[in-house]
Amino acid sequence: MKIFVDMDKCQHYGQCTFEAPTVFKLNADDKLEYVGEVDDALLEQVESAVDVCPMQAIEIQ
Amino acid sequence: MTHVVVVGAGLGGLRAAESLRKNDFDVTVIGDEIHLPYNRPPLSKEALKGGVEVEGLHFRRKHDDIDWRLGAAASACSLSERWVRAGDEQVSFDGLVIASGIRPRHLPVPGPHPQVLRTADDALALREQLTGGASIVIVGAGFIGCEVAATARQLGSEVIVTAFDDQPMVRALGEQLGAAMQAHHEAHGVVFRLGVGVSEFQIDGVTTSDGQRLTADVVLEAVGSVPNVEWLEGNGLDLSDGVLTDNGMRVLGTDVPVVAVGDVARFPNPVFDEVPRRVEHWNMPTETGKKAGQTLAALLRGEEPSGVFAPMPAFWSDQYDFGLQSYGMPGLGSAQLVDGQWSGDCIVEYRTEAGRLVGVVGVNRTRELMPYRSMIASV
Repeated sequence: MKIFVDMDKCQHYGQCTFEAPTVFKLNADDKLEYVGEVDDALLEQVESAVDVCPMQAIEIQ
Repeated sequence: MTHVVVVGAGLGGLRAAESLRKNDFDVTVIGDEIHLPYNRPPLSKEALKGGVEVEGLHFRRKHDDIDWRLGAAASACSLSERWVRAGDEQVSFDGLVIASGIRPRHLPVPGPHPQVLRTADDALALREQLTGGASIVIVGAGFIGCEVAATARQLGSEVIVTAFDDQPMVRALGEQLGAAMQAHHEAHGVVFRLGVGVSEFQIDGVTTSDGQRLTADVVLEAVGSVPNVEWLEGNGLDLSDGVLTDNGMRVLGTDVPVVAVGDVARFPNPVFDEVPRRVEHWNMPTETGKKAGQTLAALLRGEEPSGVFAPMPAFWSDQYDFGLQSYGMPGLGSAQLVDGQWSGDCIVEYRTEAGRLVGVVGVNRTRELMPYRSMIASV
């Protein structure tokens, strides 16, 4: 599955990192980094991450 | 098929509907606005500045077989006969989700009702009024009032904020951080008139309780909210502040399978204590919506709902270059600066008199704040 984060929307709140910690993380500058393509086994985690994003910046493609 | 009616098409209604649809229930959602569920936080920021329309704020929809009845609010309900009325329609249900949310509170003072900010249509109206650098008086210094103040300054408006409280956002942040936020707003040109009430609204301003007249092109009233529960009256429920539920979001006072979610639900959270509270933070509709969906699914299958529900409240607020974040319920404790400075980037812990950690607020400290989520949950 492919993941896309709209970095114009993202405010780096980091809520996605709680739901899918192997996919999303905040770097040393508090900016979001993520893996663009992940195993479908992580779908439930990534869907939760999509749900909890206050800016609704995450898309599953 | 077993039919569930969800009253309210905001985020909580959407999450509950998704959860129930996933469990193969037939779902109808009744919403007062004409819009499908959309995200509200940008309404006081990006959407007010322009360039973001309602379509861009819609939540992703996971199911295309939910029945949306939009544009008429629920006006009455009989739990014993299991129907809800909205507009000319009467809809029957086996199970009910109360997700009717809140509306802006109005001060009981004379004069024309000012603009409020709750819906996308409110944001569009306010955006139009603010074009061309129109000045604004904001009544209320909570998060919405302060976010609009910051946005309006960025749009070039003269901004006056007046409120009954002595510091902005004081109930959530405490006096010291509230005062620091006030100074930050003042450094950006916002004028405050605090510690006073409003005695009258005019088209072009307000009169404060100490007789000052504050004038501007636009008046915004942002003085908190009122739960939308009138449609539930006559069913024997406790509607004294929202809808009272148990820890699993099941509505108390009825044998009918009914749950409540989001801003309108008053529930106890064992992370803190046994006191039922409404929590108006953005993450709660998703948390309570998913939980309520599970509870209602169990009730409709004749099973006993199970599992302790201990969601962690969280909020975010962006004002100028300050990004505030919080976990827990800071309002239940006293503030203590643990890192940084009140006037800038900092971490503030909130503890009860017994020293128990109940909340944290950080300014521009996202990553360092994250461990607090489990620290507060575990105490």
